[in-house]
Amino acid sequence: MEETATPANARERQRLARRSQGLSVLVTVLKDRKGIIGAAITFVLLLVAVAAPWLAPYPPLEMYKGQELQPPSAQYWFGTDEFGRDNFSRIIYGSRISIAVGAAAVFLAGLVGVSTGLAAGYLGGRVDSIIMRAWDGLLAFPGVFLAIGVVAVLGPGPVNATLAVAIINVPIFARLARASTLSEKEKEYVEAALSMGASPSRVMLRAILPNCLPSILVQMTLGVPQAILVEAALAFLGLGTQPPLPSWGTMLQSARAFMMRSAWYPIFPGAAITLLVLALSLFGDSLRDALDPTQRR
Amino acid sequence: MGRYVLRRVLQVVPALFVTSIIVFLMLHLTPGDPAYAILGLDATPQAIAALRTRMGFDQPLAVQYALWLKQLLHGDLGESFVSGSPVWTLIWMKFPATVELSTSALLIAILIALPGGLLSALRHKSGVDYTVTGFNAVALSVPTFWLGILLVMGVSLRLGWLPPSDRVPFLENPLGSLRHLLLPAVTLGIPISAALSRFLRTAVLEVINREYVRTARAKGLHESAILYRHALRNALIPVVTALGILMGQLLGGSVVVETVFDWPGLGRLMLISVLNKDFTVVQGTILFVVVIFVTINLLTDTLYAFLDPRVRYTNH
Repeated sequence: MEETATPANARERQRLARRSQGLSVLVTVLKDRKGIIGAAITFVLLLVAVAAPWLAPYPPLEMYKGQELQPPSAQYWFGTDEFGRDNFSRIIYGSRISIAVGAAAVFLAGLVGVSTGLAAGYLGGRVDSIIMRAWDGLLAFPGVFLAIGVVAVLGPGPVNATLAVAIINVPIFARLARASTLSEKEKEYVEAALSMGASPSRVMLRAILPNCLPSILVQMTLGVPQAILVEAALAFLGLGTQPPLPSWGTMLQSARAFMMRSAWYPIFPGAAITLLVLALSLFGDSLRDALDPTQRR
Repeated sequence: MGRYVLRRVLQVVPALFVTSIIVFLMLHLTPGDPAYAILGLDATPQAIAALRTRMGFDQPLAVQYALWLKQLLHGDLGESFVSGSPVWTLIWMKFPATVELSTSALLIAILIALPGGLLSALRHKSGVDYTVTGFNAVALSVPTFWLGILLVMGVSLRLGWLPPSDRVPFLENPLGSLRHLLLPAVTLGIPISAALSRFLRTAVLEVINREYVRTARAKGLHESAILYRHALRNALIPVVTALGILMGQLLGGSVVVETVFDWPGLGRLMLISVLNKDFTVVQGTILFVVVIFVTINLLTDTLYAFLDPRVRYTNH
């Protein structure tokens, strides 16, 4: 130990160290080709979602009589749907649902998974086996089947779809948090904190959690695009967002029914999903490489 | 080896137990009375009461679970609320179509992933590598239902090469059956191929810099011998475990792909039953799929332990 470390300036130093570490990770990601492309596209799509009311040329629910299933034109960039609604405006608004459901589901799963995984790993014993057996039970389901089962119980809709997607992700976060906790628990700083009389919850939240955070953040970033794909699939199957709300999955569901008459219709919503998922995955991959150089391929 | 397998089987039992509780609770977690969920809100009180007694809904939950589990262990999944036929019969009717679709999708995935993953690892950071890696990234981001719709529009509607939907049993019309199978199998197989190719690439890159490969090269062994006898053999071991995970994606993806192509498999059965609130069929199908999934994972783990003795002797 160098100089006298008062708790206050130790914490300050820790905070600064963490911030500079975060900054250097960000720089690494933005210098990486995958990272910058992913981050840039994600950023643009986020802007689109936020600025939807100003960007959309038409109201997304407005039906224009006599304009049904129009091909793309100067008036309707992405054509119109079977009710004469502007597809471009609907896709712009649809980004909101995809991003909101994807982010909310992963955040929820992270919250539940990390807190239970942390407790299981730290407390061990019976708590550990009960918590982890429960999550292992969920892992026995192929993800999409579990999500459909959850929607079968709760009923279709965007909120229940979010819950369904969250539930299939909980075990992943719980396992990750538990594994990191098990290895962090053995380190000296935990022993130090305990010897200074820190309570178990303080050790878990203040000492162990911050050190597990990088891998959890990577998993969250990589989880969002997967969540968006599952949400779109649920909507496509008629179990997620319901018409007339514009979501990319439901747009594809209707487009499938009209693909004989309008080949344009299915192109754009699917391309939008692919673009968003691809951008987020590239960003997540790059973030993982930056935080954990040993995993780099 | 026998002890390892036994240990793995014993690990599976609690997971299956938890699964059975989750699936049992499905019917009881639905908002409102399950009897109303089955008969509809306009059912007469007499009909509701009769159903509650018949299904045992008037008993405590734990008793109901015990009875249900007992029935289950006798191989009785109950009857469909909608059609009245035994759930087992419905599942057995749809199962062959799903097996056919997922095995062909897996085959297609392996056929794409094997050369792709190998080439991109052996020509690390070359044009081939970037092409394969790029293809994989896109293939993992494309929603399967969109890919399916695009293939139907291009290959079936525009070119008229392959039928857009339905299934023909193989024994009735082998060629027609394969023609119907090709598009759904490719749709389901492409994302799986990308995941598999990624695994393979990582595994080969990992192995190729190992000492034993260097030794083999140093003693003047032919490149192809190094590749097949030393590198590939060891690289395939972790890929075997990946197959177990991919089966989950395969089963899940089949729900969506079966819907796009009107393929009469388990996924379709599940979806239609959910939309009809036919809960016994939903429960039965989920349980069936879970048991299949768990069994496949057990088999791949056993294969893994067989291929790699280190796994057998470590406790985890």
